[in-house]
Amino acid sequence: MRCIQAAWFRRWADRSPGSGLLVFGILVRPTTVAPMSGDATTSPTPTTVTLSPPRRGEPERPEIDPSAARARIHAAETALLDERRLLTGEELAGLAALPDDYVTSLAALAHQVRLTWCGPEVEVEGILSAKTGGCPEDCHFCSQSSQFDTPVKATPFLDADEVLRAAEETKASGASEFCIVLAIRGPDERTMQRILELVPMVQEKTGMNVAVSAGLLTEDQARRFGEGGVHRYNHNLETARSFFPNVVTTHTWEERQETCELVRTHGMELCCGALIGMGETDEQRIELLTQLQDLDPTEVPLNFLNPRPGTPLGGERPIGAWEAIRWIALFRLGLPGVILRYAGGREVTLRELQSMGMTSGINALIVGNYLTTLGRSADEDLQMLSDLRMPVGALTGVL
Amino acid sequence: MDTVDGDIGSSGAHCASCGSVSCIGCTRTLDPPRFCPECGRRLTVAVTPGGYRARCRDHGDLASA
Ligand code: SF4
Ligand SMILES: [Zn+2]
Ligand SMILES: [Zn+2]
Repeated sequence: MRCIQAAWFRRWADRSPGSGLLVFGILVRPTTVAPMSGDATTSPTPTTVTLSPPRRGEPERPEIDPSAARARIHAAETALLDERRLLTGEELAGLAALPDDYVTSLAALAHQVRLTWCGPEVEVEGILSAKTGGCPEDCHFCSQSSQFDTPVKATPFLDADEVLRAAEETKASGASEFCIVLAIRGPDERTMQRILELVPMVQEKTGMNVAVSAGLLTEDQARRFGEGGVHRYNHNLETARSFFPNVVTTHTWEERQETCELVRTHGMELCCGALIGMGETDEQRIELLTQLQDLDPTEVPLNFLNPRPGTPLGGERPIGAWEAIRWIALFRLGLPGVILRYAGGREVTLRELQSMGMTSGINALIVGNYLTTLGRSADEDLQMLSDLRMPVGALTGVL
Repeated sequence: MDTVDGDIGSSGAHCASCGSVSCIGCTRTLDPPRFCPECGRRLTVAVTPGGYRARCRDHGDLASA
């Protein structure tokens, strides 16, 4: 059997030099051909088997001189740990271009940066979709848009008891933050009033900080939320300005940016997240990082595309786990002082590497379920934090 | 009002994930049921941090966790 395999490899390698073949989903590249037993000369049989080939759309990152690679990482370390300054877009692009072998070095530096800038605590949050589906906007990644035929059915605003029950579930998992999320373009007056009733109710009943995510805001709405006790307001940029029109056409990146600025003006903490893996380039991810540097949010939830059936991006594949670790590290290096939170898509993207993300720059988690999909259990996450000896705590005011 | 906890996909003719009668297994473990296995209608689903509740207009509460 071995001889047959070797002969087959020899024929295949002769026919397709330098190419690879997918065998049961495994990429096999014959770098040299195995000699058949009985061959006059024998040598080792170095055949490369890559279990996880690079995904379509992942950039080729050519090998670079190791001393140049180390110099880039060292310069980033000096800037972030000694000079305590932000990296420029150019410096971040230099790190993003490092080949896969340097991802562990990027992750190690990112973890050190997180500990130095933010401390050891990890913030735990629960989120609740208080009004699901039926959103008029057309965000191409979202199963809650009414513009696409998805399995998610629009449901009305949950009643106060359901919201309070969910908040108590969240509190029981050690969370310090609870976010009430609505699938809407922006709140109408009735929605404003309901949210403003719920926020103090949840806060008083559970003692948790209450965050809200309710779409685009006017100045007056931002003021009322700020005065009404909303601790943190979530409004994601999602992606770089230059890529945004590829994935959303019903509102602009600038409208999102304006809401983010209003949130800060009116005394709330800004939670402004990213969604990685929609087809944007490395350059556009760096562009987004510099745009987030300008907005200076308190928290950045990092989502990975979990392709949803029926949406325009439903046929995409999640990015590779190693690529996700690279970008977690780069987000920490680009945004050293933020609360960098694991958000949607981590289970399907990172799988067994979820704990590695915690030592690559992440310092906050959404535990339990997401808005329309399920997460792994809060107990598993708390066990992971305990195994990593990472204390759970609120990060507000630490930075 | 029938209550079928857990694996509702196996209890009716329709796939709980896509609603099809001819589905040969599209179920994703990290998705709650979205279609009624009895009638194939889209379910009203409330996902909370610790669980979910799925309800069919005609067949009532179908699943929770
Ligand atoms: S605005 Fe929010 S809820 Fe609406 S489609 Fe976009 S991402 Fe989904
Ligand atoms: Zn199906
Ligand atoms: Zn039914």
